[in-house]
Amino acid sequence: MNAAFAPNEPPLDPPVLSIRDLRVEFPTRRGVLTAIRGVSLTIRRGEILGVVGESGAGKSLTGAAVIGLLEPPGRIAGGEIHVSGKRIDSLPRRQLMALRGKTIGAIFQDPLTSLNPLLTVGDQLVETIRCHLPLSRTEAARRAIDLLNEVGIPSPELRVGQYPHQFSGGMRQRVVIALALAAEPELVVADEPTTALDVSIQAQITGLLKRICRERGTAIMLVTHDMGVIAETADRVAVMYAGRIVEIGPVEDLIKRPQHPYTRGLIGSIPSLAARHERLAQIDGAMPRLNSMPAGCAFNPRCEIADARCRSDLPKLLPSGRGSVACWKLALAEAVEAA
Amino acid sequence: MLAIIVKRIGNAALVMLVVAFIAFMIFQFLGDPVQLMLNAQASQEERVALRLRLGLDQPVVMQFFSFVIRAVQGDFGISFRNQREVMSLIAERFPATFELVMVSTVLALAIGVPLGVFAAINPKNPAARIARMISMVGVSVPAFVIGIVLILVFSVQLGWLPAFGRGEVVQFGTWSTGLLTPSGRLALIMPATSLALFQISFIMRLVTAEMLEVLRTDYVKFARARGLPDRIVHFRHALRNCMMPVVTMTGMLIGDLIAFALVTETVFQWPGMGLLFVQAVMFIDIPVMAAYLMIVSVIFITLNTIVDFIYLAVDPRLRQTGTAGGANVR
Ligand SMILES: Nc1ncnc2c1ncn2[C@@H]1O[C@H](COP(=O)(O)OP(=O)(O)OP(=O)(O)O)[C@@H](O)[C@H]1O
Ligand SMILES: [Mg+2]
Repeated sequence: MNAAFAPNEPPLDPPVLSIRDLRVEFPTRRGVLTAIRGVSLTIRRGEILGVVGESGAGKSLTGAAVIGLLEPPGRIAGGEIHVSGKRIDSLPRRQLMALRGKTIGAIFQDPLTSLNPLLTVGDQLVETIRCHLPLSRTEAARRAIDLLNEVGIPSPELRVGQYPHQFSGGMRQRVVIALALAAEPELVVADEPTTALDVSIQAQITGLLKRICRERGTAIMLVTHDMGVIAETADRVAVMYAGRIVEIGPVEDLIKRPQHPYTRGLIGSIPSLAARHERLAQIDGAMPRLNSMPAGCAFNPRCEIADARCRSDLPKLLPSGRGSVACWKLALAEAVEAA
Repeated sequence: MLAIIVKRIGNAALVMLVVAFIAFMIFQFLGDPVQLMLNAQASQEERVALRLRLGLDQPVVMQFFSFVIRAVQGDFGISFRNQREVMSLIAERFPATFELVMVSTVLALAIGVPLGVFAAINPKNPAARIARMISMVGVSVPAFVIGIVLILVFSVQLGWLPAFGRGEVVQFGTWSTGLLTPSGRLALIMPATSLALFQISFIMRLVTAEMLEVLRTDYVKFARARGLPDRIVHFRHALRNCMMPVVTMTGMLIGDLIAFALVTETVFQWPGMGLLFVQAVMFIDIPVMAAYLMIVSVIFITLNTIVDFIYLAVDPRLRQTGTAGGANVR
């Protein structure tokens, strides 16, 4: 792996997922919209990377690009995605499909709509298991029960024969997780897995993800806009803004010492976390639209400390502390640029 | 589950009773049956005797009661026109209509569903585009126009297919079928095609529209994300979820066709119930009209009940809640 694009990786442990300079575009009648504008990140074995940012920042698209399920006309227009050292973004459709579910699992936001209402939970598990593993129907059925047991569903022998509508929302999300884990993927992309759930159940589901990550060593990309969930669950966090990562680093550092002005605003706007800060910050304005990106740093129109350079040049994501930040107003960025 | 079935059948019986009442009103009050059945020279005694024989001196409630009893036994009285039992007239004509409608429905499903799926999965494929264009014509041109064109081309010009009638039929008890003789099958081709063209187009368009919608759902996306092959995603997940509207519409189409086969049967002089009804209307043959109304209603209600049961079989959610929306869901 190239050390330049994975600045905070210990060299021993090759990342399960590594994205380098990813660009995602939507060709439209009025020109091409670039929704992801150069995202780079890595996730190691047994690590949970939280991806946060406000609505439209490009979190889901990044996840969809990794699973290979960008909806047309969306397409990967640049960069590379590697899973366990293997480049996957340039694979032909057929080979990419073989990875889906097998190497990369996915968990979607709404457990109420993620399951086919006409098939039993067992049917859906068995078809998924048999699609990836050479097991007989009975062996697959046994494994289905084991999986339900593992994700904490009581009396799984009984539950496999039931239909999705017979499960509560939290239980359904557990089923969805079991389905994502059916073939023991190395990487799981979870797009807002708790957003549609009650607060009390959210903690159970994030706890389950954490346990799976520890026990199986699965790498998890946890997309959410809930900093609380991130604080509880993630090891590292990537903060996205307007299709780019503005800051990435260990979760404690990022929450205690946010560096990028946007991250500071984001952390400040969470009451429970802001208690440690003096005031409850609010970020004025809205994220720019894809077709009217400002020159320079995309955050500059809302930034209190932006100067002339912020309005003309795009800051790079550069190491700072234990993480990386893309901001001209940080000493290191200036130093690197001067060198 | 059993409770739902019993309730469904109960509903069907209730609707049937209402229809029977309407048929009874037509039968009793659309003109005086005695007047219609006897000729002008009949004596007063003959009239009174017939009144008594028909039970017309009884209170209306009793008359309705005995009408229902007789209807359940298949007794709809005597045709005014040719003095034969109405039920045997209908029994004679029903197989022709049934065969015509069933053959075109089977064609419609066998061709319409795969075409619809194909068009939904490959929206840009030129063959799918052509199929969609033809289906546009199929749903907009009336069956009798297609029938007349077919007759002009294949009977008048080419002389390949018979222009009218059912060909030779084989009799099984009261049932007659044209499917077992070459001439019967030949005679079936054009009427069935002219009916099926609409059905095929309709089913294809319905399946395409439903599939496109289901393919956008989260559970289809999730099935893809789990790495299931297209074959399973399309047929096991997507198509199955489209089947409800298709089943409903097929049930309604069959009912419509049996009820309104009048036109096609008239064009092809097909000896079915539709033709019988057209003749009955021309002669104000009230017993035949009343019986026709009853039979068509029975068919409609039976189809609806079958559709409801298919719903229950396919959708587990309905089985549990017991609020089967039935054919009116959409
Ligand atoms: N089909 C599309 N055509 C054009 N633009 C799109 C399309 N899908 C997404 N986008 C754009 O891509 C950007 C990123 O979308 P994405 O769904 O990744 O946001 P997100 O960070 O997941 O937001 P949310 O928190 O609302 O889920 C948005 O600005 C959106 O408008
Ligand atoms: Mg999203």
